[in-house]
Amino acid sequence: ICFVCANYLHAYIINIELYEMGWNLKDGLRDCLVAAAPYGGPIALLKAHNRRSPSARPQLEIFSSSGLPLASFPWKSGVVKQLGWTVSDDLLCVQEDGTLLVYDLLGGFKRHFSMGNEVSQSQVLETKIFHSPYGTGVAILTGALRFTLATNIDDIKLRRLPEVPGLQGAPSCWAVLTQDRQSKVLVANGSHLFVLDNTACTPVTPPGLSPQASSIVHMCVSFSYKYLALLTDSGHVWMGTSNLKEKLSEVDTKIKAPTKQMAWCRRPKSQQPSAVVMWDGLLLVVGECKETIQYHLDDDSILVPELDGVRIISGTHHELLQEVPGACEEIFKIASMAPGALLLEAHKEYEKESQKADEYLREIKEQSLLSEAVRQCVEAAGHEHEPETQKTLLRAASFGKCFLSNFPPEQFVGMCRDLRVLNAVRDYTVGIPLSHTQFKQMTIQVLIDRLVYRKLYPLAIEVCRYLKTPEYQGVSRVLKHWACYKVQQKEESDEVIAKAVSVKLADAAGISYSEIATKAYESGRTELAIKLLEFEPRSGEQVPLLLKMKKSPLALSKAIESGDTDLVYTVVMYLKNELNRGDFFMMLRNQPVALSLYKQFCKHQEQDTLKDLFNQDDDHEELGNFYVKASYKEQRLEARIGHLQSAVDEYYKAKNEFSAKTTEDEMRLLRFQRKLEEEKGEQLVGFSLHDTMTTLLSVGLHKHAEQLYKDFRVPDKRFWWLRLKALAEKEDWEELEKFSKSKKSPIGYLPFVEVCIKHHNKYEARKYVSKVTLEQKVKAHLAVGDVEGAAEAAIERRNESEIGTVLSRCSATTDHLLVERLNRAKATVAKK
Amino acid sequence: MAHTEWRDAPELPDFSLLKRLARDQLIFLLEQLPGKKDLFIDSDLMSPLDRIANVTILKQHEVDKLYKVELKPIVSSSDQLCFLIRPRIQTVKWISDLVNADKVAGRFRRYKIIFTPQKFYACETVLEEQGVYGDVTTDEWNFYILPLDDDILSLELPEFFRDNFLEGDQRWVTTAGSALHLLQSVYGSFSKVYGIGRCAKMVYESWRELMEEGEQRTRQPEFAKVFLVDRDVDFVTPLCSQVVYEGLVDDLFRIKCGSVEFGPDVTSSDKSIKVMLNSQDKVFSEIRNEHFSNVFGFLSQKAKNLQTAYDKRRGMDIQQMKAFVSDELKGLKQEHRLLSLHIGASESMMKKKTKQDFQELLKTEHSLLEGFEIRECITYIEEHINRQVSMIDSLRLLCLLSITENGLLSKDYRSLKAQYLQSYGIKHLLTFANLRQLGLLEEQQAGETLTVMESKVGKLVNDKTVGKLTDAFSSLAKKSNFRALSKRLALVPKSGEEYDLRVPRDMAYVFSGAYIPLSCKLIEQVLERDGWTGLEEVTRMLNGQEFAVTGGSSSSEARNKTDAQRIVLVMFLGGCTFSEISALRFLGKERGCRFIVVTTAITNSARLLEALLDNHA
Repeated sequence: ICFVCANYLHAYIINIELYEMGWNLKDGLRDCLVAAAPYGGPIALLKAHNRRSPSARPQLEIFSSSGLPLASFPWKSGVVKQLGWTVSDDLLCVQEDGTLLVYDLLGGFKRHFSMGNEVSQSQVLETKIFHSPYGTGVAILTGALRFTLATNIDDIKLRRLPEVPGLQGAPSCWAVLTQDRQSKVLVANGSHLFVLDNTACTPVTPPGLSPQASSIVHMCVSFSYKYLALLTDSGHVWMGTSNLKEKLSEVDTKIKAPTKQMAWCRRPKSQQPSAVVMWDGLLLVVGECKETIQYHLDDDSILVPELDGVRIISGTHHELLQEVPGACEEIFKIASMAPGALLLEAHKEYEKESQKADEYLREIKEQSLLSEAVRQCVEAAGHEHEPETQKTLLRAASFGKCFLSNFPPEQFVGMCRDLRVLNAVRDYTVGIPLSHTQFKQMTIQVLIDRLVYRKLYPLAIEVCRYLKTPEYQGVSRVLKHWACYKVQQKEESDEVIAKAVSVKLADAAGISYSEIATKAYESGRTELAIKLLEFEPRSGEQVPLLLKMKKSPLALSKAIESGDTDLVYTVVMYLKNELNRGDFFMMLRNQPVALSLYKQFCKHQEQDTLKDLFNQDDDHEELGNFYVKASYKEQRLEARIGHLQSAVDEYYKAKNEFSAKTTEDEMRLLRFQRKLEEEKGEQLVGFSLHDTMTTLLSVGLHKHAEQLYKDFRVPDKRFWWLRLKALAEKEDWEELEKFSKSKKSPIGYLPFVEVCIKHHNKYEARKYVSKVTLEQKVKAHLAVGDVEGAAEAAIERRNESEIGTVLSRCSATTDHLLVERLNRAKATVAKK
Repeated sequence: MAHTEWRDAPELPDFSLLKRLARDQLIFLLEQLPGKKDLFIDSDLMSPLDRIANVTILKQHEVDKLYKVELKPIVSSSDQLCFLIRPRIQTVKWISDLVNADKVAGRFRRYKIIFTPQKFYACETVLEEQGVYGDVTTDEWNFYILPLDDDILSLELPEFFRDNFLEGDQRWVTTAGSALHLLQSVYGSFSKVYGIGRCAKMVYESWRELMEEGEQRTRQPEFAKVFLVDRDVDFVTPLCSQVVYEGLVDDLFRIKCGSVEFGPDVTSSDKSIKVMLNSQDKVFSEIRNEHFSNVFGFLSQKAKNLQTAYDKRRGMDIQQMKAFVSDELKGLKQEHRLLSLHIGASESMMKKKTKQDFQELLKTEHSLLEGFEIRECITYIEEHINRQVSMIDSLRLLCLLSITENGLLSKDYRSLKAQYLQSYGIKHLLTFANLRQLGLLEEQQAGETLTVMESKVGKLVNDKTVGKLTDAFSSLAKKSNFRALSKRLALVPKSGEEYDLRVPRDMAYVFSGAYIPLSCKLIEQVLERDGWTGLEEVTRMLNGQEFAVTGGSSSSEARNKTDAQRIVLVMFLGGCTFSEISALRFLGKERGCRFIVVTTAITNSARLLEALLDNHA
């Protein structure tokens, strides 16, 4: 029998000594309130917690799993009923009055909160702290025998569970279950069992519970919430699924003394249920068969349930009790012929340089189980706590691998890495006794967090680098925590800290300097915070903190730099409420981006502010525009003119005479329109000058149109066009002719031709063709459909493109001679 | 003729995925408000929404009645009101008023606002100031991109242009950045990014930040290059009359969200017909990029072919006839329907556009682009204004004149402006203020023509100093420098040469051979040079702000030959015109690559100028 096998004598259960405790407790764990966090977490001790005299303050102490002190301080608050740890290694202290206090694992106070009025009035009777996928929860049984429950202490939502019927005093025992995404409470009142959920209290019966029991005195739920164990007053342990649908086994312990603690001891996927029950001085492992395994305990101990076993902590020792892992059993069972065992043997012989190595190897290979053997050895190595044993197994695996081609290396390499990390954190000085199974469940990120909580920064970074964790989840994160811790060190100067931080973090990816700066600010070091923010590459991240620190101008310019308008708005709105109007405007003035954003906002929300803004800037041009715009919103003419007058004043101030004059003209026009509206009943107000004249001409108010033409310096051309159009529309051809002769047309006579054609009057159109200038003659002739005339004109002008135009208008019906003439003329022109 | 058939064209990615993503998210959001509800939709979201989820889908998710947001009191008996809106202060204020009115009336309802594509802090501030923040729930529908066609993606944000370039409100910058980020996360990263313009730079920055925050994905990129361009880099192109078919349809009938409504004059019946215009329409896809003078001939040829296809049935036996009816007839009928619509449209187009007026208008535009006979042009514009021909067209010509001439002489500026105000009213004082702010219509400062100064100085000192001086000058006055740019980039082909519009030889064909769109020319040059080197003088005249960045996927060199390397994404910030899209399609065909256009909205001269009128503020 080899040396490793000694521990495996007890069939299925192995007891591994993790540490000899480093603490020096006078009375061991007696009379102490103890809480040990799962996954090899810290241990909290509160001595003499029940003493109520104000003079005697109990000492709260925190230790690592190996018993090294992490923190110690006198307890100054109320009476503590229960201690517990959160998933993020914070200590939870539940006081009698329903207040919960949260400390970090180095004893720093973090926060406190209450479990509600009802709890504080009727006081806390019992408490259970539990972990679920939603975080750390608390369940409280109050003096009024009611349960209050919160599933996640980081997002407190209190639930008061329904009443348990017939409950006279404290229930004999109870536990919290997490089922169907809900936390429920299982309560035993004598032999009656109830499940409490949000809405109802349901009586339940465990199938096959032996009838001699008159009361359930203890219960425990497995780590995964899948299994439940009940201990009755008759000494029977019932084990089954937690939904109470199935019984796995029932064992009679034959002990009726009061139990101290009970816990499941089971590894994931294991077929055998086994629970550990602890009495004074005695530990009993019960399983499927009737037989039990007993351990003697010298000292007061506590049980800490784990994912794959139970840790037993006493005043002097720290042990892990667990079911023997499959791979280890295969290998280390006496006279085992499992491939792993043979490979281990082969390697041992090989080391001795004996030819037996070959025999063993051959035996494995004959069954073609070599890869299975390697796998077993690797897996077993993972479960071993002794580095020497790990090495032996891994060497054997490596040896076996030599005879295999195509064996994927990942498993072996991964295991070597994992073990190196595990051995490092299991070290006495670190004191995190994780098993490989726990480590895999917990993930490397969480392990790094835990190291960070313990301020073991160098180790955490080593681990990250060694496992090649992506930088932003690994090294960078650790460095950030380190920096957050560093900035709280009061004894060093701002410069020194800022420099140290920037040097260390310089080339790390994904560092959020703003988070570090926030920490600095929170610990009262504004100057340091500003210095640190300078390192933040994303300006958007700097803004919220700068605002908090009342560095608004800086915040504003950083927000603008970020290009994120939402951020700019945030700052602008903050400033609007924070500063007086004058200062606010002054600040906007220097930041055009923010100013234009705010203007956009004002356009819809606060018109008057917009005016104030322009005023402040002496922007008379914009003010003028503002009033013009405002005038259009007014229905009443007087108000409208009033606005326009203000606009005129502003335009003059802006030295924009053009706009001022135009606006004055508009005011004149409005008054004119109004007067005429009243006199003649024509709707005119609001029309443009052109439209007004068109209307006047069309209703025959020529004089008034004429007046406008003079008063408003309307160009002759426009007036002629207007007259022309109006007359043609009325088909007043006589008047049109008169008009054409009134003086020389400033727009030429082609428009006369065209307007007649538009109104289908060829006859009238012809009258004007002769008056058209030479350049436009061709067009005019074509407009009235006189191709010959056009041809004459074009040929006379010797213009190639015009001849072309005429030609394109010639059809089959036109005179051949004409076409020929045109072609000839074209050719002549082209020659030149 | 058809651009879709060129040899060796790279496959375009499947953009319908974007629609599916948007639809799924919308359905998810609607389900967040279980039970029957009335849905109020921003009017300009109606058409885009219709492309994503039709009424049936909405009804399936318990939308009871659909209303258009009209900023008026509502009549709804539903207990749950859901608002699907753009994040605008006005609309949010209207909703707040509704909620407050309900409160006064003692009526209890549930309200949910879904902002798309994102929520703005300012909107929440309004809710807070109106005291209804607690009464409504808000959500975001990240509907950033609507694929209008195989190669056109639109953000459908027409207000981007005014907000960003006129009001200096940069809130849409992050939206554009997010849109690019979305494309990247769905279709893979880009190897190179180029851009020009202040907004382009900011969009790129915002996109880069999103990239850095998000997880790094290494997958085969589906685009090679991205080009970001600000609309204010090139105002000339969108101000020109469009003469390619698709652009002309847009100018005349206004294409809305990829579909157009043809009126009775086109359909030759008494009702209007709505038609989707995209590559699914086989007739349209063959003529969309053609100069309109070619379209009619093409369509009549097509009609003849169709007739021949129909005529096949003569002399068929029963069996053949059966096959014909089941295999071909449906397709022919469909084609026939579309063909007749497009013939109707192009007829109506010819009627309007071959008239003397239009020819003269084009002539004036071309003269302006060439810088030729400016006096005549001004006279023409004057007449245009005096005769009240068209409010928008007059404005357009004025702007074109100002940009191409680097501003108007004081005398001209005042007289034209005064005449315009006489024609259309004094409220256009505000319009002119806006145009001046954007540099679209300016008065030349007396006695200083920058180009003259520059050339004088240039003789005295070396190039570098000139650059600095020009920078200093151009920061004083925003100059368009069009003439110099046009010369340097050869935008205006030499006049007098015949230009066969049937066989385009360069991108100028989209403007009858008179002008190569500046925006497209820039893209061509940068892609050719793989950067801005050699274009220093050009960028200086465009006020700089250019950049070129090599993207994350460095391994792309290795698979240079893949299709993806020949796909270029061009993002227009502030809108692009169909003419530009046609020009890019032509360029792609020439270079054996394909362009995907991402734009904040499809624009044209009318939309561009209407956005700058001041009647809606």
